Amino acid sequence: MYRYMVKRLLLMVPTIFGAAVLAFFLLRIIPGDVCELRYGGFEGLSSAEEALRLCQEDLGIDQPRLVQFGDFIGDLIVFDLGKSMWTRRPVTYELGLRFQLSVQLALMAIVISVAIGIPLGTIAAVRQDTWLDYAARTFSIVGIAIPSFWFGIMIILGLLIATQGLFGDPWMPPIHYVSPLEDPIGNMVQLIWPAVATGYRYSAALTRWTRSALLEVLREDYIRTARAKGLIEKIVINRHALKNSMLPVVTVIGMEFAGLMSGLVVTEQVFNLNGIGKLFVESVNVHDYVMTQSLVMLFALIFIVTNFLVDIFYAWLDPRIRYS
Amino acid sequence: MTAADIASAHDLAELRSQKTLPQKAADLIRKQPLGAFGGAIVLLMMVMAVFAPFLTAYDPVDNSFPDMLLAPNADHWMGTDQFGRDVLTRIIFGARTALMVGLVSAFLGATIGLMLGVASGYFGGTFDLLFNRIVDVFMSFPTLIMALAIVSVLGSELHHVILAITTAIVPRSARIVRSNALQISEFPYIDAARALGFRASRIILRHMLPNVMAPYLIIFTGAIGRAILAEAALSYLGLGVQEPTATWGLMLQGGAEDFAESAPWMAFFPGFAIALAVFGFFMLGDAMRDAFDPRLRRQ
Repeated sequence: MYRYMVKRLLLMVPTIFGAAVLAFFLLRIIPGDVCELRYGGFEGLSSAEEALRLCQEDLGIDQPRLVQFGDFIGDLIVFDLGKSMWTRRPVTYELGLRFQLSVQLALMAIVISVAIGIPLGTIAAVRQDTWLDYAARTFSIVGIAIPSFWFGIMIILGLLIATQGLFGDPWMPPIHYVSPLEDPIGNMVQLIWPAVATGYRYSAALTRWTRSALLEVLREDYIRTARAKGLIEKIVINRHALKNSMLPVVTVIGMEFAGLMSGLVVTEQVFNLNGIGKLFVESVNVHDYVMTQSLVMLFALIFIVTNFLVDIFYAWLDPRIRYS
Repeated sequence: MTAADIASAHDLAELRSQKTLPQKAADLIRKQPLGAFGGAIVLLMMVMAVFAPFLTAYDPVDNSFPDMLLAPNADHWMGTDQFGRDVLTRIIFGARTALMVGLVSAFLGATIGLMLGVASGYFGGTFDLLFNRIVDVFMSFPTLIMALAIVSVLGSELHHVILAITTAIVPRSARIVRSNALQISEFPYIDAARALGFRASRIILRHMLPNVMAPYLIIFTGAIGRAILAEAALSYLGLGVQEPTATWGLMLQGGAEDFAESAPWMAFFPGFAIALAVFGFFMLGDAMRDAFDPRLRRQ
């Protein structure tokens, strides 16, 4: 296990390095530089020229590319992400303000998707080719097809109409984040809706994978043995089949994590939540390239680390992986 | 029985087995009901995109302030938006943008992925190792994040949106094609082709490519759905194709949200169109996978 972890950890290094290269050069493929792009078009305006000079000095763009890249990597290692070109505050400060909300939202979305996906996939597999199976599969395909931002808008619309009808006053989830430690109920009332909007979509892949993995396991000899020795179906499914079919599902949770982050970006926009997804969209909109680059890198890092953890967990569950 | 008899009996059997087009369609619906449904949606969408100006009496772009925010009625089946534009008309014209972005970026993404994946599976060794590391790097950027970053630098014209979505599709399709190509490169007929001294380009083009066509087509169809979703998300975030072009994602932004309570039709119908289109392409892709890969059919 230890050997596997070290091997997997070392494999992560080139990926992170490659991601850094990509994030760095992605914003440097444009002619000119990010400062010209940001403050250009105002030639003759002394304040704009001043801002341009200040910006170039700030970012060290006058340095050769390789030196810039070295600085970028060096700063990344000590987690100094520079200053936002928009608010002029450190990127890490802006992140700190919003990180908790996004992490909580992501965790809630995962919990919701697992709570929907695994039972639904199990039912679909156990009752294969019955109406239950078709209903579960349709539910999951609809989840993939519906854009999560539209689902979010529909949820808000539904809430507005329902509360108007019930209490006479339209109500919408609040947009100011309260920590779950301060006001657990207020926090839940606010975040449960966006979590459902993101989690439903995420659950669709889990349902499909659980179903197909379970169907495969149910054909194994040891399941026939378990049934032949007279175990009740519930134990055969829960203890023998489900446990063994969870292996690919664990991997899917990791693989789909990228999709979840994409989902958060739009959901935070729909529900007007001040998280890192919304920060990303805003920074792209106002051409805050420092912030955009930092966030691109951050999203990639989160994805890489999550997949590392999932792989370790997978190897812990399945010893065959460790020794191959 | 003479040889001629046998031949004519054979012809007769063949004639009997020939079915008219409606019969074939009925067969398809019976065997693959969801796939046929998906195909019908895709067909409808294509008709909408091609014949858009003939299907509606209204203009998708021109404002008409007397008709602002009308609820669905006999003249405007899906109501009008805050500029008095007919929602149905904008959905019909929006099919153009969606199909354009969906087809082009899915085709480019799947095809570039096909080339890279087959080459990597065939050559193996250092090329494959390098390929895998690079794909890992690209895959660690979530689709939408990558697309947004590209659009932020290049600007949000239609071809940049297509480029951004293509970039996100390539690594994912390359990885799937590679695993298929890897299996094929072990088969004896590839060894035979090598032993005959064929050049790599000939083996790849003539022997390997035709055999990964099935996964390629499945990836392509699935990618169209995902590309349509990505385009809608980009437009919704205000970073895709810009107003006044009719796109489904753009129709959900701004007015649709501001007037959600008083004019819910503005938010409902475009989103429904996106969901239906994506659903159609996914169902078609699923049916194709079943048709191409009989092993999966039993599941």
